[in-house]
Amino acid sequence: MRKLLIWLPLVLFLGFIALFASGLFQPDDRIIHSRLVGQPLPAFNLPAAASDRPPLASSQLAAGQPRLLNIFASWCVPCAAEAPQLEALRAAGVPIDAIAIRDARADVDAFIQRNGNPYARIGLDARSEVQIALGSSGVPETFVIDGKGRIAYQHIGEIRADDVPMILDRLRSAQ
Amino acid sequence: MKYLVLLFALIAAPLSAQTALPPAPYANQQIADPALERKAKALMETIRCLTCQSQSIADSNASMAGDMRSQIRERIMAGEHPEAIRAWLITRYGDWVSYEPTAAPILWPLWAAPLVLLGLGVLLLRGRIKRKGRA
Repeated sequence: MRKLLIWLPLVLFLGFIALFASGLFQPDDRIIHSRLVGQPLPAFNLPAAASDRPPLASSQLAAGQPRLLNIFASWCVPCAAEAPQLEALRAAGVPIDAIAIRDARADVDAFIQRNGNPYARIGLDARSEVQIALGSSGVPETFVIDGKGRIAYQHIGEIRADDVPMILDRLRSAQ
Repeated sequence: MKYLVLLFALIAAPLSAQTALPPAPYANQQIADPALERKAKALMETIRCLTCQSQSIADSNASMAGDMRSQIRERIMAGEHPEAIRAWLITRYGDWVSYEPTAAPILWPLWAAPLVLLGLGVLLLRGRIKRKGRA
């Protein structure tokens, strides 16, 4: 027993080395997913963020058909990068609504002018209140909302070209 | 020339500002009632910032942290209990968002650790005293 015990510190030491080494080689996952996935959208009623798009209320998202809710901002660079993918989704017949975070109408108008407008409605969340209520941790994010207004899926970060089929799949399974 | 450079420096704007909007009203302004501000501050120091993940929202300059501070101060002024606000945030972001350990089963070893260590210490001490007594 005693003889075995003498090896305990070495075993512990090697255990720690293994722990630290695995931490070094494992990619760090810092993405915080919303806990509201699978649950109904929190209620909100936002003013219009753009001059030529109507405002957005949560009740309008429970419209019987799955749709996308895109969280973006005119000051966010990756949001401009995902614009072509959103446009492709819109062209495929997907209704897309949006919430502009910490934004001003003139800036949203300019953003849409530059990057195109795939959105049916855009609500303005000037103080990130709806973003926090959604459990969203940044921009851009895209939520798949089913016909009853429940959050079916949360996509964190920009939608890349190879994400589009997956998003379409998620929309189909949210039917 | 020197004044011209100074003038340019004064009117220069950061190239990629996070957002053009001013911070929310209570992001950087304290509540007038010190007792309420103390409550809000204690909560803000234990809520984790989503943008700068190793900082509390009380320490972070991220615009989202500012919006969270303002929301917490406003809700405390409206009479909401700090722990209710923490629970509300946890239902959105999970336990991750709170620096305060909970009583969830996964944390039981953490709570038990001091007792276990204390017990080990007592055992060790008893062994030593017994040996001394024999000598």
